[in-house]
Amino acid sequence: MLTLSLVLAAILFAIGVLGVVIRRNAIILFMCVELMLNAANLAFIALSRAVGIEGQVFVFFVISVAAAEAAVGLAIIISIFRHIETVDIKNFNLLRW
Amino acid sequence: MTFEPTLVWAIVLLPLLGFVVNGVVALAAPERKIVPTIVGPAVIAISFAIALVNFFGMLRTGPETAVIVPGYTWIPSGSLQVEASLQLDQLSMLMTLIITGVGFLIHLYSVGYMHADKGYARYFAYINLFVFFMLLLVLGSSFPLMFVGWEGVGLCSYLLIGFWYTGKVNADAGKKAFIVNRIGDFGFIVAMLMIFANTGSLSFQSVFAAAPSAFTYGGAVVTAITLFLFLGATGKSAQIPLYVWLPDAMAGPTPVSALIHAATMVTAGVYMVARTGVLFALAPVSMIVVAGIGALTALFAATIGLAQYDIKKVLAYSTVSQLGYMFVGVGVGAYSAGIFHLMTHAFFKALLFLGSGAVIHAMHEALHHTHRDWDAQDMRNMGGLRRYLPITFVTMWVGTLAIAGVWPFAGFFSKDEIIWQVAARAVGPFRGWFTLYWVMALVAALLTAFYMTRLMIMTFHGKSRLPDEERHHLHEVPWVMYVPLVLLAVLSVLGGWINVPAAIGRMPVLGWVPHAEWLHHWLEPVTAAAERIQAANLPALSETAPFGGGEALWALVSFAIAVATIVIASAVISRVEYRPALESAAPAGFRRVLFRKWYVDEIYDALVVRPVIRASRWLWRWIDQGLIDGVLVNGAARLSRMVGWFGSRLQTGQINTYAFAVVLGVIFLFLFVFPRLF
Repeated sequence: MLTLSLVLAAILFAIGVLGVVIRRNAIILFMCVELMLNAANLAFIALSRAVGIEGQVFVFFVISVAAAEAAVGLAIIISIFRHIETVDIKNFNLLRW
Repeated sequence: MTFEPTLVWAIVLLPLLGFVVNGVVALAAPERKIVPTIVGPAVIAISFAIALVNFFGMLRTGPETAVIVPGYTWIPSGSLQVEASLQLDQLSMLMTLIITGVGFLIHLYSVGYMHADKGYARYFAYINLFVFFMLLLVLGSSFPLMFVGWEGVGLCSYLLIGFWYTGKVNADAGKKAFIVNRIGDFGFIVAMLMIFANTGSLSFQSVFAAAPSAFTYGGAVVTAITLFLFLGATGKSAQIPLYVWLPDAMAGPTPVSALIHAATMVTAGVYMVARTGVLFALAPVSMIVVAGIGALTALFAATIGLAQYDIKKVLAYSTVSQLGYMFVGVGVGAYSAGIFHLMTHAFFKALLFLGSGAVIHAMHEALHHTHRDWDAQDMRNMGGLRRYLPITFVTMWVGTLAIAGVWPFAGFFSKDEIIWQVAARAVGPFRGWFTLYWVMALVAALLTAFYMTRLMIMTFHGKSRLPDEERHHLHEVPWVMYVPLVLLAVLSVLGGWINVPAAIGRMPVLGWVPHAEWLHHWLEPVTAAAERIQAANLPALSETAPFGGGEALWALVSFAIAVATIVIASAVISRVEYRPALESAAPAGFRRVLFRKWYVDEIYDALVVRPVIRASRWLWRWIDQGLIDGVLVNGAARLSRMVGWFGSRLQTGQINTYAFAVVLGVIFLFLFVFPRLF
């Protein structure tokens, strides 16, 4: 049971990483980040059954941080969208040489 | 009764004041001539007067030790303490009298000689500055202070050789003097550092007090120190191999040649060897070298003097030759003899130079009237000038007889003293060397008489070779110029009598003096320490010359040689038909070798000057421009730009790229770093 849960968490995390690396849409990118955070949550929950209650405490922290991050991140994306009318990160390239 | 020095700092600083005043005039109102005319000679005259007061004070009290006149602590640096103080003793007193006395006469002469020159105020500023540095050189109480004067006179010499700086020849001659002197100065500095390392002091008194215990007799260290000091002396005093700058230095105004390049500055090396006599006495090898270089220079320069046509060049080589005599004197350890010749030479060589200046002045004016493009200094253009310049003619013959060593003129006593001292000191380890030097000195004396007679005959005797138009414009020089000539002529006659050798002093007419060897006794407090060292390590002086005969006999012989040479030379040269320079053929055969100065300048050019220029050009092109500018400076810039370019390519601005890099980093951490940590 524990092994299966951890494998599932790893698969979810890998999908999230892959999405962040290859997708161009900022919203999708965000969702992939959420996917990674929740993969971590799943691993915490699964391990808390074997190790102790501290894992579930961490999950609450992660959820609240993820909520704050989503709020700030979406605000940034909206603000960028108002400037260049796209959320394709290919066009977010001002910070380079 | 103790000796109280009077205003010694004023002797030194007054010429500096003159430099400041004349310098201001030269910058602010160069056409004004009244202030320099008064201030220039006056400061030297006052210095001379103060020096005389001190001299008579010294004469009355006869101090046995040097008087230190304190100034301030110049370099207070740990164990190195250098005082800027003056040292007044019999040697520096005598030098001060020569510098200010002869210097004043030459300043007076300059008033006439330079009167029409645009740089009149500048000239007096420079020459006042020169006297200041020269006095600092002889009165300084330590090696560094002497070195300040040493460098200062070099600077003034440079400025005055290139005084007419618009002519390239003059500017080049100034540069040559300066650069050649640098080689000598290097020796002086090395010697100074070695002295400090070995005795822990740089003031004359403590160095000379420490020297006998700090150095072993004939040791390598003291030999090296004295040879480096002598390298400095060869530069300043124009000895082989560094003499080449002095003949070129004649590009300066003639009074400068008289003061700096004959009477005072070039004798600084002789003074320095006499001053550091204690060190030289400890190094017999150095004594052989110093006297040997002196003898060789005396002979070598005299041969070149035989074939020159420029009147000042003859006198220049004669100066080099006479300086050689002085080094023979101080080199064999006869310090008073060397200094004696220094003094009499200052009189008669200044006289000869000022006389030649008068001749050139008259020739120049005459040629200027008709704008004829002839060389005013070439003796082939002269001849018969005795009718037009009678005072110059008589005084120059006095100088000639003095330098040739004819009794009762000054040079007879001083040159004979040196030649005799070489013979008398040819004992023990020096026997072979000093015998050789003695013969060389005798031959050089013969040559001296010959080239000076040639100069006089070509200039003043025979028929004038100037065309008629110019001849009408030949005049005797004004009184400011001939009064110094007459005074120097008087000194050239009487100057020798202050040091009549004891052997001659006993003879009936020849040595008719109340007090034999006065100068020798006067300098004894200074030379005693060196003489004690020599007496302790060497056998007693010989009473006879190497080939027999006493001092009096050889004095008569050298007198006879001088007179015979003058008589024969005047008979021979009077018969030679000289033509004006432009109509003369170039000298041929051996005379050509002498005229071209044994090709020494050409040899130095090929061996030193051109390789240095080539090496400099190579260093410039490959090391400076190639390695330093190209590889190091611009290379570093290019390298950092290249690294920056590659780095900047990594910054795509694409979030995916950065995320990918983070992922790679995490994988790297998991695969290679964490397994080792845990």
